[in-house]
Amino acid sequence: MKYWMAFCGIVTRELRRFWHQKARLVSALVRPLLWLVVFAAGFRAALGIAIIPPYSTYITYDVYIVPGLAGIILLFNGMQSSLSMVYDREMGSMKVLLTSPLPRPFLLVSKLVAGALISLLQVYAFFALAWFFDIQMSLLGYLFAAPMLFVTAIMVGALGLLLSSFIRQLENFAGVMNFVVFPMFFLSSALYPLWKLKESNTILYYIAQYNPFTHGVELIRFALYEQVNVMAFVITLLTAVVFCGAAIYGYDPKRGMHNRKAGR
Amino acid sequence: MSLALQVTSLSYAYQKHKVLKDVSLQLEKGKFYGLLGPNGAGKSTLFSLLSQLLSANDGDISVNGYDIKSAPRKALASMGIVFQQSTLDTDLTVRQNLQYHASLHGLSSKVAEQNIARELVRFSLEQKQHEKIRNLNGGHRRRVEIARALLHDPAILLLDEASVGLDMPTRDSINEHIRYLCKERRITVLSSTHLVDEIQTDDHLILLHNGKILLDAPCASALLTHQFNDVKTLYRQLIAGDAQ
Repeated sequence: MKYWMAFCGIVTRELRRFWHQKARLVSALVRPLLWLVVFAAGFRAALGIAIIPPYSTYITYDVYIVPGLAGIILLFNGMQSSLSMVYDREMGSMKVLLTSPLPRPFLLVSKLVAGALISLLQVYAFFALAWFFDIQMSLLGYLFAAPMLFVTAIMVGALGLLLSSFIRQLENFAGVMNFVVFPMFFLSSALYPLWKLKESNTILYYIAQYNPFTHGVELIRFALYEQVNVMAFVITLLTAVVFCGAAIYGYDPKRGMHNRKAGR
Repeated sequence: MSLALQVTSLSYAYQKHKVLKDVSLQLEKGKFYGLLGPNGAGKSTLFSLLSQLLSANDGDISVNGYDIKSAPRKALASMGIVFQQSTLDTDLTVRQNLQYHASLHGLSSKVAEQNIARELVRFSLEQKQHEKIRNLNGGHRRRVEIARALLHDPAILLLDEASVGLDMPTRDSINEHIRYLCKERRITVLSSTHLVDEIQTDDHLILLHNGKILLDAPCASALLTHQFNDVKTLYRQLIAGDAQ
């Protein structure tokens, strides 16, 4: 019961914070909408998309990038959550969480789940807006995508949590954007299919193949068409577990990086 | 003797820099302890170790009979902590901050609401309960933090320089209130400060300097033993003696 109370408390707190920061929702939606409306319009003519799974027919470029843009919302929100954890630690409110008489892994996972739920809200708000631009999936596709979006959100959120355990100051977070978020996003199948990448650069193609975010995007793409990409699911889930484990280790006062920072 | 907190041979180092050296303390239940020491004495490190934000290199800590190595969660549940730096969520209201803390301690909704109502009255915060923290002044914020720390009925209250940055009347009012709580609720209070004037002669004084305990005695008897009239002189002489 007390675990449930704590979990509800953490989720409620994150939802309240999100509600108080309405600009966060707007900025989370503006970014993918710009890609969808401006970028996709420009590239629609340049990029022809062949018939590749899960698509059964030729599709336009804007249809192709919608799962990738859902992925970018998850990625940026995951990083924003970890940014807020660095901020919480600098401001001290992280101590409230870490001095709760509940197991630290439970508290950190609860925070991850809360962040993932907020990411899902943003993604579905984006899907609703994309609907008006004639990018429409089946209702079942949207429902089917929810658990896959959740797993992907947990994966990128756990990566953010892991990074936050290493980052000493908020200022260092700009480096995360340049060295983690952008490479992860551009070296994935979010904006272009990997066979297109292979045509121009084989090395980048293989890097993209090993990028867990690629598998997260593919998981979402297949789910929106009511299919399960088993390999993508397994890789995304395993990566989420590894990142989670490493983040919990990072926040352990006996072992992790946190020990060097907490008292200062 | 019933102990609220027992610290035995505690040491801690940040890499090679030793911050706490073989510190031992015994805090009885229902008493007020003033932990006095200059900046950098090791007070915040001691609090971080007690609250398990750091893990000790050597030594043992027992809170309300619970060893923090074998029963860390029971030990944490016995403590209310007010950190030096404000840890309130400024985007949330007073009530929402209290609700969040209650949930982190696993209090049921019913118990949480009862305790929140009790603390809001105790700290005269009923009128402020729906205001966002960012709209409150420093004194009210501190009151909220102390109210929050008491929400789960801890056996020991740790105050890490809780009055820092506050004006004199607010400081006095908060300190009086804490002493009143100590008597009224029979909880043990360990209050760290670098301000000598916050220590009263009926307090139990613990003097920490360079990571070592220089004095651990009732303030009145320490003044008598060392033959000084006031805490300020006692403090200066002991610190100067240790520095030599």
